Amino acid sequence: MMEALFERARSDHRAAFVPYVMAGDPDIKTTEAILRELTALGVAAIELGIPYGDPLADGPTIAQAAQRALAGGTTASEVLALVHRHKMNAGAPIVLFTYYNPIYQYGLERFAADAATAGTSGVIVPDIPLEEGAEVARVLGLHGIDMPLLVAPSTTRERAAKIASQSTGFIYVVSRLGVTGAGTTPATQRAREQVAMLRSITDKPLAVGFGVSTAEHVREVASFADGIIIGSALIDAYAGTRGNEAASRVRAFMEPLLGAASRRTETPIP
Amino acid sequence: MQRPDARGYFGEFGGRFVPEVLIDALEALEREVDAAFAEPAFWDEYHAVLRDFVGRPSPLYAAERFAPQLILKREDTNHTGAHKINNTVGQALLARRMGKKRLIAETGAGQHGVATATVGAKFGFPVDVYMGALDVERQAPNVYLMNLLGAKVHAVHSGTRTLKDATNEAFRVWAAEVDETFYVIGSVVGAHPYPFMVREFQKVIGIESRRQCLERYGRLPSDVIACVGGGSNAMGIFAGFVDDPQVRLWGVEAAGEGLESGKTAAALGAGSVGVLHGSRSYLLQTTNGQVSDTHSISAGLDYPGIGPEHAFLKETGRAQYVGVTDAQALEAFFDFARFEGIVPALESAHALAFARELAKKARPDDLILVNLSGRGDKDIAHVRASVERQ
Repeated sequence: MMEALFERARSDHRAAFVPYVMAGDPDIKTTEAILRELTALGVAAIELGIPYGDPLADGPTIAQAAQRALAGGTTASEVLALVHRHKMNAGAPIVLFTYYNPIYQYGLERFAADAATAGTSGVIVPDIPLEEGAEVARVLGLHGIDMPLLVAPSTTRERAAKIASQSTGFIYVVSRLGVTGAGTTPATQRAREQVAMLRSITDKPLAVGFGVSTAEHVREVASFADGIIIGSALIDAYAGTRGNEAASRVRAFMEPLLGAASRRTETPIP
Repeated sequence: MQRPDARGYFGEFGGRFVPEVLIDALEALEREVDAAFAEPAFWDEYHAVLRDFVGRPSPLYAAERFAPQLILKREDTNHTGAHKINNTVGQALLARRMGKKRLIAETGAGQHGVATATVGAKFGFPVDVYMGALDVERQAPNVYLMNLLGAKVHAVHSGTRTLKDATNEAFRVWAAEVDETFYVIGSVVGAHPYPFMVREFQKVIGIESRRQCLERYGRLPSDVIACVGGGSNAMGIFAGFVDDPQVRLWGVEAAGEGLESGKTAAALGAGSVGVLHGSRSYLLQTTNGQVSDTHSISAGLDYPGIGPEHAFLKETGRAQYVGVTDAQALEAFFDFARFEGIVPALESAHALAFARELAKKARPDDLILVNLSGRGDKDIAHVRASVERQ
């Protein structure tokens, strides 16, 4: 499942790059064009947000992206249909990012079945901590879908060990306290310590997110983590545009960052 | 009186649906609550502050010109004019025990914000209050009052710009500064241990009124009625009677323009089970799981969710929940002022409207106890504007 993506990136001497976009921001067609572009850029996977109006873990950029997507009427069903089309066109692996209530109303069993049919690789639910997650993880797992769990700077070592043992696909290492957003710098030193601590208790891939926004952050995180998640800065890069214009802005923003995720110091011989 | 289980559930309601970053803080709070609640000295100080600063016990008062056999628990006589202060005193004492450096709070109409600003001033905490931008406009006097008490009010511009969004923002700020910040939640909502903890701080209403009833009437009330938004004043008074099975418990939700109108705030009457602000309970939502916009004439009841213990009391049948419309609440508001010389909060007017209906069918020895959760001074301008519009 998703662990293989990180293995492939590792053997290719790079950190796995996982960009985040909000489905339906500002419309599904634009998201579809962006997913195509990201696939062409060779990202390891794409985190795709299902819009929710009350996102407790997100800062203003992603919260506003969700509002734009909801204003366009985007629903979980439409997002799953989008994933299906994307996968039929050999698109990059998809990890859905969704708050719990939209899944709960969809029906957990039905959601897992439909997400699996669409070709979803993983589902991240930021408001489901370890204690509430067993049933969700079990049902997703039955359908072959990973459920990566989050480890925060405030997570104790003892708790991190439990999270690591339950997390599937990879472990999402939150780089700093607070919410998603590019406004402030990621606490890379704290993330580095968290990653070192997690290395001593698990072999699962570790992907760092929250606040990563520049090539410099990417280079630094790539030096110690297996994966990099970047969301708000990418959304800022195409906010206010649509369709191919949005896709080309995504390319312009992503290219230098993808280069920075490489751990090769010499220029590879073609 | 039931304690939630180890995972914070009342039956199937409650729990802890929050980002991982907050789990450590919630566990620390839970440990502190367990330790403090087991110490008589903690409660001694809490009750001393309630006596000398808040003015407890609040009176029990027969309001028979409004409706026969009606008695009131006068939470409107508390310092700051509502039941909210019982809870903020308790949480401020906990924050001090935990060595926290500042308090944050969400507020809708501003009553909980004022109650938090008040204890912040008394105990020497800086206070930041998050308030929907729309509510900041609608409740200007309370914003000024909070500033006067030394608190900083932050207008929240996201989403519907009301209480729900202010609560989201307070959670986000807490997540960013969780080490030094104590989040004072204003109702029996949120992730475990908040619903339980806030109930325990409001339980004083039920314990006092039970004792006062027995002293004065030699018997328990037949019915206990309280308005329900998030549900803290109701849980507080219910807590005194929930173990007396002969006492009927009634929660009165804000039906707004009617339960079927789509313009309502009745989470139990018109909502379904879901997850909001950290717990599983009933909420007003779309079939896609998006939280709905709500409406009530009363800002304090204008909230899409409800505390998980109320969902539990509804499911088990121990309490019954009914809806009262804006128009019915307004009528009770005016009549109560004229017949009793007390201007009730619009929130409490919902409970009074239902109490009057119930009194029409009462048997001779029934005693109908209403929690008069707050006074209505804050609502005068709003009521006047509503009436002049018609």
